[in-house]
Amino acid sequence: MSEIIRRDPRKEWIARNRLHPDHLSVLAELGEGTAATEWMGPNGVIRRNPHAVGFVGPNGVKRIDRSGAQQGGHAAPGAAAQAKESRRQVTIDEPAFLVAVVPDLPGGRLSSHDRDLLGLARQLADADGERPGAVLAVVFAGQEREGGAELEAVGLGDAGVDRLIALDGDAFDGYAPEARLAALSAVEDAFAPRHWLLPDSKLGGADLGRRLAARLRERPATSVWQIEPDETAALGWRCTGRGAAGTSDIQRALPRVVLALAECAEPVAETRHAAQALALAQPLPPLLARIEDLGPVAVDPAGVALSEAEFILSAGNGVKDWEGFHHAAEVLGATEGASRVAVDDGFMPRDRQVGATGTWVTARVYLAVGISGAIQHLQGIQSCDKVVAINLDPGCDMIKRADLAVIGDAASILAALVEKVQRQREEKRDAA
Amino acid sequence: MRPEVDEVKKPKQSALEVAVLVSVGRHPVTGRARRADQDARGVELALTLDEARVTLLHAGALDEQSEGALRGYLGMGLPALTLIEQPQGADVLDALAGTLGDARPQLVIAGERAEQGEGSGMLPYLLAERLGWPLVGGLAAVEKVEDGVATLLQALPRGQRRRLQVRLPAIVTVDAAASAARQSAFGPARRGAIETEAAAMTWDEAMPEWKVSPARKRPKRLKIVKATSARERFKAAAAKAEGGGGQVLTDATPEQGAEAIFKLLKEEGVLR
Ligand SMILES: Cc1cc2nc3c(=O)[nH]c(=O)nc-3n(C[C@H](O)[C@H](O)[C@H](O)COP(=O)(O)OP(=O)(O)OC[C@H]3O[C@@H](n4cnc5c(N)ncnc54)[C@H](O)[C@@H]3O)c2cc1C
Repeated sequence: MSEIIRRDPRKEWIARNRLHPDHLSVLAELGEGTAATEWMGPNGVIRRNPHAVGFVGPNGVKRIDRSGAQQGGHAAPGAAAQAKESRRQVTIDEPAFLVAVVPDLPGGRLSSHDRDLLGLARQLADADGERPGAVLAVVFAGQEREGGAELEAVGLGDAGVDRLIALDGDAFDGYAPEARLAALSAVEDAFAPRHWLLPDSKLGGADLGRRLAARLRERPATSVWQIEPDETAALGWRCTGRGAAGTSDIQRALPRVVLALAECAEPVAETRHAAQALALAQPLPPLLARIEDLGPVAVDPAGVALSEAEFILSAGNGVKDWEGFHHAAEVLGATEGASRVAVDDGFMPRDRQVGATGTWVTARVYLAVGISGAIQHLQGIQSCDKVVAINLDPGCDMIKRADLAVIGDAASILAALVEKVQRQREEKRDAA
Repeated sequence: MRPEVDEVKKPKQSALEVAVLVSVGRHPVTGRARRADQDARGVELALTLDEARVTLLHAGALDEQSEGALRGYLGMGLPALTLIEQPQGADVLDALAGTLGDARPQLVIAGERAEQGEGSGMLPYLLAERLGWPLVGGLAAVEKVEDGVATLLQALPRGQRRRLQVRLPAIVTVDAAASAARQSAFGPARRGAIETEAAAMTWDEAMPEWKVSPARKRPKRLKIVKATSARERFKAAAAKAEGGGGQVLTDATPEQGAEAIFKLLKEEGVLR
């Protein structure tokens, strides 16, 4: 559209005359806010027209919305478009150096820890505006297969990744620190990144990062939670990390290998990066693994602490068939939770209560059966990844929070789910 | 465990040689020296192994405080502890690697991180790299050891467990998921012997250059609201249930509903 503003005096007149039959449609067309409410006067003073503020509501009463949401009909679509494109596209063609990041990608998704780490990597890469570095993410494709998510869907570019090495292969599945370490060594040989950043997260980056540091003969900084520029340091940065089981802070020059804690930096929010794929020139050498992963061991879900559980089946006042509920939890292999009402009524023990006065849970999947979603309950499930609700009432708050909601009777849906799971297992057994 | 029992076990050929690396811990509240929690769990793990000959290994200085802490391990029922003498501020890696390389135990158990000093948790990894042994972290239990292969149970986050097999000799680390250490008894702790050994010494040169201070409280991350208008800011502050992007199945039969839930559970990988 052209930038030139064209005036239509007739329409303006209709817009001023609220008794005109076309008044409303013309108002909508003009986008209301067009009448300037503020302009720079000839002497450089801001002038305001208080009469031009606001709009005339359906009953002919003038309304002023100071939130800005309704001001100017044509400002709104512009704002929407802006919100969509507010991320600035950044491409770094010839990076001065590389910052390698190895995100954990638990369940095939970027965790918040990973995002923080990528934010930290961006800080390091973008410090010198003249000669920017590129963030290189090394991901193991075996990780993302688990959750079924595609690598593009992970949103690495939005998280701040310029270059991407996706390492594929069965060798990296499960607990394969030796294979992963060999791959990282190959990346080191091929690209020699200036920094290596890994999340200091249990059995993820903490394990791999220490192995990498030992292999590269670098002394890593561990449990790092802050970095600052420092001219005197070799790499130009200084970092602060926890030491002595978290009771002391160690400040030192930033080494090459850094294991950082969650919230070490703000995640990337304003830019979008290319996440351009790179490949290793040479295939990885074959490796004799001395550690063999025999797979997960079935643990009794009832024995898992509620705050730690990965999959919670939670019951509320809407559950009438308690036998069926416990059976469902057993078949699904879920840890049981409950709302306060279910606990107060004596159907569930107190330590199973989820919510403000119970346990704050962090489950990957929270399946709420017959829970209305009172604020005290919703507080407790804030950090759950996916919430599934089964409820009779389509208007309740739990449905608003849920990623998937099924409206219907809890007992019959649970029974159907149990049957489905059992059938699936039998098929699998027959096939095997 | 009484000393006689150990005597009976020693002549056996098949005995599994286990070395436990122990350090001097620090009580989180009082700051006093004590047996380190994770190391004590490691000793506990070693003591529960069948037919194992357990040696305790500590590299460091012997003074009044550390002796009390080290005797805490002896009080768990072990007759002796080997102390490799190293002054304060030494890098104990060389000394430990040398001793372990000579003694060649089949299994080395260590804690995940020390409660004092840098506490970076690098020591087991450096030892593994130096000796060329495999390392398994975050152990919950050792299930069995047969024909030079150990079957281990690794503790994953969220209370999950994973079974691993590793070829010996190997280094393993334990953390809070392993079973709690038994009480340290006063008598055996007093009677136990601390056998000192001399070893070559290297100084840790980097550490004195660092600035170490008591842990500062980390600033709490604020919820950043990128709002351009007061309305959005208000909405963000008063938001109750975010989302609304969820899928709602109304008028579905129980089977359809179950199908949808089943699909989501499968996608998330929580069904086994
Ligand atoms: C100070 C304070 C602290 C609190 N702390 C907590 C807390 O920590 N945790 C907590 O949970 N609560 C807490 N509460 C209580 C909370 O306010 C709610 O009362 C409670 O969470 C409601 O539980 P509910 O959703 O199970 O029951 P209800 O609100 O009765 O909801 C039952 C739901 O089940 C549905 N339903 C009924 N029959 C069926 C059926 N056959 N099939 C499917 N759906 C069905 C209904 O549509 C309804 O949505 C607290 C309250 C106070 C005042």
